[in-house]
Amino acid sequence: MAEIQTATLTARHPLEGYRDLLEALSAELAPALALELGGLVAAVDLRVDPAGGGPAAVEQVVGGPLPTRPDTWTALPAGQALRLGPDEWLLTSAAAQPEDWEFAVDEAAAAHGGMAVDVSAQRTALRLRGGAARELLTTGCALDLRPRSFPHGRCAQTLFGQAAVVLVAHGGDDLQVLVRPSFAAHVVDRLVDAATEYRPDPSPESGPASWETP
Amino acid sequence: MQLIACPWCGPREELEFSYGGQAHVAYPSDPAALTDEQWARFVFFRDNPKGPFAERWAHSAGCRRWFTAVRDTRTHRFLSVGPLAASGSGATS
Repeated sequence: MAEIQTATLTARHPLEGYRDLLEALSAELAPALALELGGLVAAVDLRVDPAGGGPAAVEQVVGGPLPTRPDTWTALPAGQALRLGPDEWLLTSAAAQPEDWEFAVDEAAAAHGGMAVDVSAQRTALRLRGGAARELLTTGCALDLRPRSFPHGRCAQTLFGQAAVVLVAHGGDDLQVLVRPSFAAHVVDRLVDAATEYRPDPSPESGPASWETP
Repeated sequence: MQLIACPWCGPREELEFSYGGQAHVAYPSDPAALTDEQWARFVFFRDNPKGPFAERWAHSAGCRRWFTAVRDTRTHRFLSVGPLAASGSGATS
């Protein structure tokens, strides 16, 4: 009988192939713009009645406050809590194992008629930094992303280039984009294409950008 | 493109929404007792007014919640938006 081959599966960012390209882009456009891949995190989708004791019970488990206002997020000890809807939150953790994170949150929510589902593989993260970051996103998104209307602590589910994304505002010109892995390459291609505008010398004589693929 | 004021997310682009037909269509209290014609009226027949019309809309690219909006069918202006009425609508959030 043939010996059974075993291999350890390691998590890999869906945009791993773009890592070098984004590094070259960020190096050429610094400090106006930097694009990088976000880390892999455990994520659960929490559904629970906001009026009952569910949110308080979940806060005990995740160790931080859940956002109370629409389209806002709060920081957790090792992650984030995003308000996706009236009775829906997205909870992430860079420290927890996805299965444990789902089990712990679900146990707390189920006691109040809610539930939590592991969605770690549903979305992948991108990080945009620099003075041009907000303007770059407006090339494919209709939301008003100026700091006054989209300040630190805001988040929004919307469309970027017809792909459903969650935009998350960190402090200053630091934005996070959560997108489904199957749409991630499309979103990055659009962002990279739009970023050509921010080259110090965008004239054709200056030659192709270091990140452009032939 | 016009903005639609989602009761939860605030004003968003029309592209993010999907249409759900006439609002406040009550489910028959005793469906088995209806004649075929009465059942067909419930399933297929809808008002088509010229002017304000109460409709269901879903913010499908945002919070994914259903709500009721009153739209003027002549101008496509949204006159008011509100949460989905508890009674009568076929869709649930």
